[in-house]
Amino acid sequence: MTRYTSATEDDRAEMLAAIGVESAAELFAQIPEPLRLGRSLAIPDGLSEAEVFERLAALASRNADAESQVCFVGAGMYDHYVPAIVDAITQRSEFLTPYTPYQPEISQGGLQVMFEFQTAMSELTGLPVSNAGLYEGPSSVASAGYLAIGATKRRRFVVSRGVHPHSRETLATYSQGYGAEIVEVGLEGGLTDAAALAAAVDGETAAVFLQSPNFLGAVEDVEALGAAAKQHGALLIVACDPMTLGVLRPPGECGADIALGEGQPLGNRLDFGGPSFGFFCASEEQIRRMPGRIAGETEDVDGRRGFVLALQTREQHIRREKATNNICTAQALNALGAMVHLAWLGRHGFRELGELLVRRTAYARQRLAAVEGVELLHEAPVAREFAVRLDAPVAAVLEHCAERGIAAGYPLGHEYPEYEDGLLVAVTERRTRAQIDDLADAIGGAIAGHHAHGAFVAGTVEPAATRGSFSTDGVQKAPQAGGVA
Amino acid sequence: MSALTETPMQRERAKTIYEKSKPGRRAAVLPDAGVPERPLEELIPAHLLRSEPPRLPEIAEPEIVRHYNRLSRRNFDLDSGLYPLGSCTMKHNPRLNERVAALPGHARLHPAQDPKRAQGALELMWLLQQSLSEICGLPHVSLQPSAGSHGELAGLLLTRAYHADRGEERTRVLAPDTSHGTNPASVTMAGYEVVKVATDERGGVEMDDLRAKIAEDPDQIACLMLTNPNTLGLFDENIAEIASLIHEAGGTLYYDGANLNAVMGQSRPGDMGFDIVHLNLHKSFSQPHGGGGPGAGPIAVSDRIEPFLPRPQVVRRESDNGGGPSFDLEFDRPQSIGRLRGFQGNFGVFVRSYAYILSLGADGLAEASETAVLNANYLKARLAEGRAGERLPVAFERHCMHEFVLSGKSMKKELGLATLDLAKRLLDYGFHPPTVYFPLLVDEALMVEPTETETKESLDAFADAIEQILIEAESDPEIAKQAPYTTPVRRLDEVRATRRPVVRQPLGD
Ligand SMILES: Cc1ncc(COP(=O)(O)O)c(C=O)c1O
Repeated sequence: MTRYTSATEDDRAEMLAAIGVESAAELFAQIPEPLRLGRSLAIPDGLSEAEVFERLAALASRNADAESQVCFVGAGMYDHYVPAIVDAITQRSEFLTPYTPYQPEISQGGLQVMFEFQTAMSELTGLPVSNAGLYEGPSSVASAGYLAIGATKRRRFVVSRGVHPHSRETLATYSQGYGAEIVEVGLEGGLTDAAALAAAVDGETAAVFLQSPNFLGAVEDVEALGAAAKQHGALLIVACDPMTLGVLRPPGECGADIALGEGQPLGNRLDFGGPSFGFFCASEEQIRRMPGRIAGETEDVDGRRGFVLALQTREQHIRREKATNNICTAQALNALGAMVHLAWLGRHGFRELGELLVRRTAYARQRLAAVEGVELLHEAPVAREFAVRLDAPVAAVLEHCAERGIAAGYPLGHEYPEYEDGLLVAVTERRTRAQIDDLADAIGGAIAGHHAHGAFVAGTVEPAATRGSFSTDGVQKAPQAGGVA
Repeated sequence: MSALTETPMQRERAKTIYEKSKPGRRAAVLPDAGVPERPLEELIPAHLLRSEPPRLPEIAEPEIVRHYNRLSRRNFDLDSGLYPLGSCTMKHNPRLNERVAALPGHARLHPAQDPKRAQGALELMWLLQQSLSEICGLPHVSLQPSAGSHGELAGLLLTRAYHADRGEERTRVLAPDTSHGTNPASVTMAGYEVVKVATDERGGVEMDDLRAKIAEDPDQIACLMLTNPNTLGLFDENIAEIASLIHEAGGTLYYDGANLNAVMGQSRPGDMGFDIVHLNLHKSFSQPHGGGGPGAGPIAVSDRIEPFLPRPQVVRRESDNGGGPSFDLEFDRPQSIGRLRGFQGNFGVFVRSYAYILSLGADGLAEASETAVLNANYLKARLAEGRAGERLPVAFERHCMHEFVLSGKSMKKELGLATLDLAKRLLDYGFHPPTVYFPLLVDEALMVEPTETETKESLDAFADAIEQILIEAESDPEIAKQAPYTTPVRRLDEVRATRRPVVRQPLGD
């Protein structure tokens, strides 16, 4: 078994003597006897490092990851290329192992990173104030709801159905606590129904929640939709995909009071859903209501430039029950990954990447739309993800593609019963034209097969030789040892 | 400070990466699109497009690496030395855990992957749930919350749902005056009112006050949130009676698991009578803190709370045809409070914590807690000697668990040294200071948690440093009051950062 402790028998004896007890058990005597466990936990004995590695590698090998499947799945998290320097920097002890920077004199590195990150997110969203990051996307949406109640003293949210289903559900969960009513506005042609939105917003509305690109990939006209919020003094809260902000008009220029979202596309791996980070930017007016840590610039006693946690009077450790949010530990290391990725992309690379996504997505959309049995779910403009309808059961098509080493997309039916035949397809810079062509062929083949046989029979097709392939009952990939940290 | 003693790092003015930017430099080269280069305006209407790219830095890779390496040297970290930050459990972060988390089967697994192609990940989550359930002594676990405070919010929403299901609506949540700030903040977010409970002379819940607060209106008591051992590092000996008082009133008992490192394999919150527990995987289960996250705050609950757990829940299904079990995400949970976040939680943290549990095993976990308690009591004993014993007495004199709280009241009165001064002077000695000014109950508090992974030598060195600082202060208290001297920057003006906040780099064109 592995131990990370150093105390030898001699150390223990000396320490016990200094404390003035015979045994460590005496120290535990403050736990009333009936509450002491008095047995070993029913957990297996500890293992050597090599054995633990093998165990976990064996579990990992039973997952179809984006290395063994070509991944067109998005829905909020995307298979982007994370440059090597991100890992090199985030794995440094000096960033990996400190706590939250409560002692600024010895935390200037982390605090400056926060300041740089805030600057980057402020640039991306076009809003002047950013915090240093929250847990992830959907809970950031819920935190914005809490802010809106505090700012407006109203308790009604108007939420577009284009907002990520996980965000809408998380907002509903939190609303059971802080007490808010949610009114949902439907979609028309892939976009938020503007007339229905305008009708839903009134003097009781605390905030209007939009997402652009929305869950179906469509780029919303945030400024036009937001007019209703402005008119009634409600906050305009816009969730956005940071990777599209090199090309899309930033929410801050469209009248958003708050822009937020899931940060994973920036410098963070998929990790089966986390850890990543949420970003949260706002207008000056909201700065004292912001959730989370915020780094600020200041000077030391000798006049040197330095950074500290600013506006701590908003936070739980000072304000307790009056805090603007309860968050404490957040996602600092993930925000560092984002900052390094953004610095690496740089001003022009970031825009070029956005353009590349738009063009490849347009190609993929056109390519798929040309396939027999596939039609566009909507014609609205898209940036990096789009939705189609399939003339065959979506689950069967996905299965057919999976057997050819392709994760074809995200099925919409579960969360949008009105799009039972819908598939959401995402593109990143890792998805080549050839892979897009393969995807179109695989989907076309699945639909044709379905119609030819009346029903598609999964598991009868040879996997494509050129790609790693997956079957449902096991994976051929060998666990990799070493060189992975 | 004189120019002669200024260190090279102090001499170097902090420059942000934006200030190192120069038009024309770059790091990334992107792949060719490989598709027709259509003008963007053909694809997206012009009024939805951005006119100018965001002013991100323009800088080449070598300088990015240097920039962040330079910043890294301006951080103190756990791998550099003792970090006895109370309530934070700064234990060693095994590097094996980083390696297994980075395996592509974990790191590049899409969260929306079909469960049948993510069996390894779901099994890992299920195994972790089983382990945490056994450690907590409670039958059900949800891994979804992202950190401790998220777990607290979950626990309070579960309490609300539990009472609503019984046709009750309760308004008040009790919390001791020693509780962590996240507790009351979560209470308000969950729509409840906080009622403070006093602490008795042994450092536990003041039982008469608790009875009185309950008696005011028992039907309004939704929950009592407790940390045990509490934030004074003391185990509340009355916990069984506390539990029955709360349960009689119809409330739930919530365990803030930030201090679980004291009791792993020694005592279980479920056996103490708690209904809902959160664990901080970034404390007791070795997930690195990352300078402020990521973490994870799984919750463990009793049977009566289970129906309300967040959605989706990882479940194990036995096969009906003699094959092995399979794992799935269960969404169909009609009484669930719903989601607390996107997807399944901070999976990468689950991988690390599961690797940690596999490495230590049952006895290793119990040994870790035992050594954490031994180290804390030893350091407490060392600090009871000499000047520290006189100037920095322990707030509650009895054996502690994994941490203890000193009071700097006499140090301040006799030597003119505030706890903050001592903390800043410790920086010059190469130590991270303890948590200061928490819990609020103790005047000039210093909360010390050495953890099990520290050596006796490092604890001795820390005690010696404190003694040295107190000796120094007897002859010249100004030394500590002006400290630190050796850090990259010296005392910073925090008031200004709040009064006139500058929270981003101003940029030209
Ligand atoms: C006693 C106590 N409770 C709750 C928390 C909150 O945990 P987290 O930071 O993971 O949200 C902490 C630590 O920060 C703590 O020390």
